[in-house]
Amino acid sequence: MAEAVATLAVSVWRGGAEGRFVGYAVPRRANQTVLDVVTYIQQRLDPGLSYRFACRVGMCGSCAMTVNGRPRWTCRTHVARVAGADGRIEIAPLANLPVIKDLACDLSAFFDKWAAARGSFVGTRTRRDDFARVSPAAPQRRAVDAAIECIGCAVCYAACDVVAWNPDYLGPAALNRAWTLVNDERDGAERARLSAVAGDAACHACHSHQSCTEHCPKSLSPTSSIAGLKRRTGLAALTGKI
Amino acid sequence: MSLAARLRGRTHAAYIAFLIHRLSGIGLAVFLPLHFLALGQAIQGPQALDGFLDWSRQPLVKAAEAGLVLLLAAHLTGGLRVLAIEAGSTRAMTRAVISLGLAASLAIALMFLLGVWS
Repeated sequence: MAEAVATLAVSVWRGGAEGRFVGYAVPRRANQTVLDVVTYIQQRLDPGLSYRFACRVGMCGSCAMTVNGRPRWTCRTHVARVAGADGRIEIAPLANLPVIKDLACDLSAFFDKWAAARGSFVGTRTRRDDFARVSPAAPQRRAVDAAIECIGCAVCYAACDVVAWNPDYLGPAALNRAWTLVNDERDGAERARLSAVAGDAACHACHSHQSCTEHCPKSLSPTSSIAGLKRRTGLAALTGKI
Repeated sequence: MSLAARLRGRTHAAYIAFLIHRLSGIGLAVFLPLHFLALGQAIQGPQALDGFLDWSRQPLVKAAEAGLVLLLAAHLTGGLRVLAIEAGSTRAMTRAVISLGLAASLAIALMFLLGVWS
């Protein structure tokens, strides 16, 4: 097997919406993540580089970037997976979001859409009521389980062509969140939530490209969640619920 | 970002299936007026339509028709796949089902070319 080069040739986006790629030479190490590469550049080569991270262990969802054209969580993406033997890596900010500076994007629109999709739990019990007993085997609970592990990294949002074509589209993450709440038997806002996700910039706008499902670092399937919302909103419209 | 890098995020099977579905749909939409034009020959009498049908028996036209059948079959199987996804099938999201749809489309076009239905 050919030995990998000792130095990575890393192109990093510098600037805002207008900017350019700047090249950096970064030593290649064993077990090196893309976030390690970006951190090396900021600490050793160019302290002005802006990027975002927090937990470094794939929990917080803050370090997502576009690596060689694919949106990825950089703290859990090993260089060996993306660089190849020539050691070239291109790192850009996430697509479909305004760039604040360099690799840091403004995620306001992304999270505003969670709110627009009624992504908050609306309880129906008081503190005097007993705990709700939800069977782990119930079909609705299993649907929630399949979709609940979202870390809000916006990888799916950046991968979605429908978001690129229609900036009002709620996007895979917000709709996936709505799907978990629609299936939460304790929640009391089903009708309002189904109305919120039934508009023309919501679940029915999805073209089932599956880019969200393909790129989700948590291996979730927002495509399936959105398909579920399509069925549920269709049924609600037919029965006069919305 | 370079075009090659931009395309790299869109090389998965489901995206290719989407492209085939969309492009075959556009191809069929472009063909439809020509189809009506051909049928419209009948209004001018049987000779006009028969003349056109004789012309359409040329090998090159037959090959083009097989291409149309391929577009139709690819659009049909792609549409059925999307319907299955929306009905809740996770299997329809797999590469195996996408490959099966394409293989079925090619088989239908090949059978047309071999004159199975003529």
